[in-house]
Amino acid sequence: MVDVAHFSIPYFQYLNEQGQPVVALPDFVKDNQTLFSLYRLMTLLRVFDARAIALQRTGMLGTYPSVLGQEAVSVGLGAAMHLDDVLCPAYREGGAQIQRGVTLSDILLYWGGDERGNVFGHPNDFPMAVPIGSQTLHAVGVACAFQYRKQARVAVAVCGDGATSQGDFYEALNLAGVRNLPVVFIVANNQWAISVPRGRQTRCQTLAQKAIAAGFAGWQIDGNDVIAVKEKCAEAIEKARTGGGPTLIEALTYRLGDHTTADDASRYRSKEEVAQAQAKEPLKRLRHYLTERGEWSEEKEQLLLAECAKDVEEAVEAYKQVSPVTTDMMFDFHFATLPADLAEQKHLAAQFPVGDAHA
Amino acid sequence: MPEITLLEAVNQALAYEMQRDENVIVLGEDVGTNGGVFRATQGLLQKFGAERVWDTPLAESMIAGMSIGMASQGLKPVAEFQFMGFSYPGLDQIINHAARLRNRTRGRLSCPVVFRTPYGAGIHAPEHHSESTEAIYAHTPGLRVVIPSSPARAYGLLLAAIRDPDPVIFLEPTRLYRLVKQNVPDEGEALPLDQCFVLREGSDVTLVSWGAMLHETMNVARALDQEGISCEVIDVATIKPLDRDTLLNSVEKTGRCVIIHEAPLTAGMGAEIAAILAEQALFFLQAPIVRVAGYDVTVPYFKLEKAYLPSEARIKEAVLTVLQ
Repeated sequence: MVDVAHFSIPYFQYLNEQGQPVVALPDFVKDNQTLFSLYRLMTLLRVFDARAIALQRTGMLGTYPSVLGQEAVSVGLGAAMHLDDVLCPAYREGGAQIQRGVTLSDILLYWGGDERGNVFGHPNDFPMAVPIGSQTLHAVGVACAFQYRKQARVAVAVCGDGATSQGDFYEALNLAGVRNLPVVFIVANNQWAISVPRGRQTRCQTLAQKAIAAGFAGWQIDGNDVIAVKEKCAEAIEKARTGGGPTLIEALTYRLGDHTTADDASRYRSKEEVAQAQAKEPLKRLRHYLTERGEWSEEKEQLLLAECAKDVEEAVEAYKQVSPVTTDMMFDFHFATLPADLAEQKHLAAQFPVGDAHA
Repeated sequence: MPEITLLEAVNQALAYEMQRDENVIVLGEDVGTNGGVFRATQGLLQKFGAERVWDTPLAESMIAGMSIGMASQGLKPVAEFQFMGFSYPGLDQIINHAARLRNRTRGRLSCPVVFRTPYGAGIHAPEHHSESTEAIYAHTPGLRVVIPSSPARAYGLLLAAIRDPDPVIFLEPTRLYRLVKQNVPDEGEALPLDQCFVLREGSDVTLVSWGAMLHETMNVARALDQEGISCEVIDVATIKPLDRDTLLNSVEKTGRCVIIHEAPLTAGMGAEIAAILAEQALFFLQAPIVRVAGYDVTVPYFKLEKAYLPSEARIKEAVLTVLQ
């Protein structure tokens, strides 16, 4: 018998569900502005989310995946990354993207069926990945490029709990381990892959432990505690930046909404379960903590909500004002230089213009 | 200058471009220490070091996906799938990401990867080592599919593929790897992509093919020449996008066309070429177009692979049919 590994998966939480510190808080928490910024971003995302769903319900947006309840994961991650790192997101990471040059109207454009939503203000970040788990391999490839060029940069992939069953996920972890790549994997475990609960994805007790087989550390964090998300993501990212190799972080959260606007979660999960999860949601606990600290009030809350609503309305307005699509747009970006056959098809399509579904 | 095989031409092109451009990284299964199972990457590890030549874990989706990530940051990965029959785990990454990255980001990101793989039957290989499924790739918008048929074209087209700013599927006919030798000056001269090569001019009939089948096709053309039949032979070379002008010009001249490919008949690239000719050169045609292709069966184990591959006899019969 070869005794190869005994392992335990550390779990990190700073604020409990009531917003009370459970361990000594990280240094950055001393700075009110940092906490306000995190709280503001989560609030903005929540206001945006509700507005996006409303837009979809009125035919102004395509299918949209709600981030309700998961705001802390992407907001905390975004605050932990450097701008010249590269993010390979799935599709609920708006909170990180908006800290990296992506605007709310870019996100609306994307879900509004317009590729121009991916022409955002970050030169290297990947657009959202819809094929589940496929982006984890892009992140290891990006990390290969950083390592080859000896750059102190880190690639970050975000995926969900369902993605951890994909071959691509295991293959990405394996390569990250074997090449000791500067990459961090964030699994936003929101407990549901559409209708399939976490318990039916794997018999593993944690998703984080999948890193152990690839030869590196896996941690669990309270993904609804934005302080834990920012602190531990920053630790993993800086470890990767300084040659310490990859880390897998399983952020435990909960998808409070439907999978997308095309889904009805009441078909497969109980109200009681959702109500229990609701009590653990991320905004409330940070608000409680800030209030306890004497830094927050109902008045500030109302001011913030109004400010976020204004930002969101400006984004909706910008989304509505975007120039109409043209049939040329289907063709112009498939190749650096348009091949002759596509040039002909482009000409043909231009003779049969169609309206913009959401304009 | 020594004459080299198609395999050596691939190696020579890789070495030339790695020397010229430090963004070029060769990666795949067994490409390093072992120099590739066919030796296409032989000596590259010794010459360029483990920083440029990567033996990867055995996972084709990973090879495709990591290459996309690397390319998105400006590297130029030349990734090898060991055999075409093993490239399919990479299809999801190639179809859903490599082929679309430029389009879905409106050019903000791009994917200059070359996916090389040996392909085709005829070398007595085990199961899954003889496929020619180029139509899968050709059907995917956003990909170029390039197939060399001689050492010189392997060298020039591979250089062009690596220098191309978009993803290229580069299919190397295993049957031709060591079949013929040619002088190939190692001067870094690329050949044009998206263009057919007229291998032989003729006036009676146009024979259209690519890859290994050009060997038999040229033999038939030479034999028929002795019988007074003048065959024009076209190497399509880039099967996507197609160089329609060369094909149309030839058929407009000869009025007759036989298309020869090793891949299964149905929905093969021969069907696409025949459709183009029917749409755009119908009134020049003096006989129906005939396709000589692999049968719509799984490539048989090697006892029957010669029966599967279009033979010179089948090609000759087709030519005589369109000449009637």
